[in-house]
Amino acid sequence: MDPLNLKKLNAERVARRAAILVTDLDDGRDRLVREGDAVAGDLGTAIAEAFRTGSSRVVEAEGRSFFLNVHLPQPRLMVIGAVHISQALAPMAGIAGFPLEIIDPRTAFATQERFPGVTLYPEWPQDVLKQHPLDTYTGLAALTHDPKIDDLALKAALDAGCFYVGALGSRKTHARRVERLMGMGLAAEEIDRIHAPIGLDIGAASPAEIAVAVLAQVIRTFRSRDAARQPKGQAA
Amino acid sequence: MENAAHLDASRDPLLIAEEWMKSGRDVALATVVETWGSAPRPAGSHLVIDAEGNFQGSVSGGCVEGAVIAEAADVIESGRPRMLEFGVADETAWRVGLSCGGRIRVYVERLG
Repeated sequence: MDPLNLKKLNAERVARRAAILVTDLDDGRDRLVREGDAVAGDLGTAIAEAFRTGSSRVVEAEGRSFFLNVHLPQPRLMVIGAVHISQALAPMAGIAGFPLEIIDPRTAFATQERFPGVTLYPEWPQDVLKQHPLDTYTGLAALTHDPKIDDLALKAALDAGCFYVGALGSRKTHARRVERLMGMGLAAEEIDRIHAPIGLDIGAASPAEIAVAVLAQVIRTFRSRDAARQPKGQAA
Repeated sequence: MENAAHLDASRDPLLIAEEWMKSGRDVALATVVETWGSAPRPAGSHLVIDAEGNFQGSVSGGCVEGAVIAEAADVIESGRPRMLEFGVADETAWRVGLSCGGRIRVYVERLG
């Protein structure tokens, strides 16, 4: 392996960006492909598929054997709101492979007693997200119902290209939210990426059932995500 | 923790490989490239080995690491990568095997 490619690969991994190390098994040469890099032909098709599935494998292309070692960041969830739904969502999301952290400036909600073992930030989202930036392998669910807490976090999630953005609230609540977000300078097609009302429509009634609906939607969005999507202001 | 959102520099084979290289050690990298049946570690798993036989990471549940480390010494010496195959089916070719009944191919190469 080319030591320079190892350095580049580790830099991508540490920064939580997806990359594939492509090794030609016939001559031992390797190269690094970042998510969004254009690769032509059958190899390019196999690489795009590998980014989507996350599965490392040997592929035959152009009469040669290549090993695609896929390095995807661990997907994770940032939840705004230490609410009843979050209490059910936290353990379920962890089991499903989406470790979850919670932000809620209301210190009565964000207590370790209510959320044993969960990383909690009892601060305003804009302050936490400065220290712990969102990225394309992070999903964000805004669950407080409070525009003062949810809105800036939603904007940050859209700006960062989060693979999933969801917001709790009825259609009416969401219509008002859309107006506020447009007032914050977001374009309609960006706002369209917000899943609202949140969760797959499974007729969820209790907080725990809503958590199931949210998690199912997170998984579906992650598994069908567009590999070429990049944060705003960054060329694909 | 396997699910951690951030890499653990003290256990991550690729970060360790870079560290070892920086400190001037000769390093080989072994990678599981294919698995059949109930292989213990998925394709893409790494074992990093230095010329003294120090190692980090894993390519199996510990069943074939010894053989991979021995091969890595030759790969570091020659600079030529090798493809190794382990499984219960090739007892004659390899003295070690996977007790789980799976089969794996491991690619061993030198860094640099």
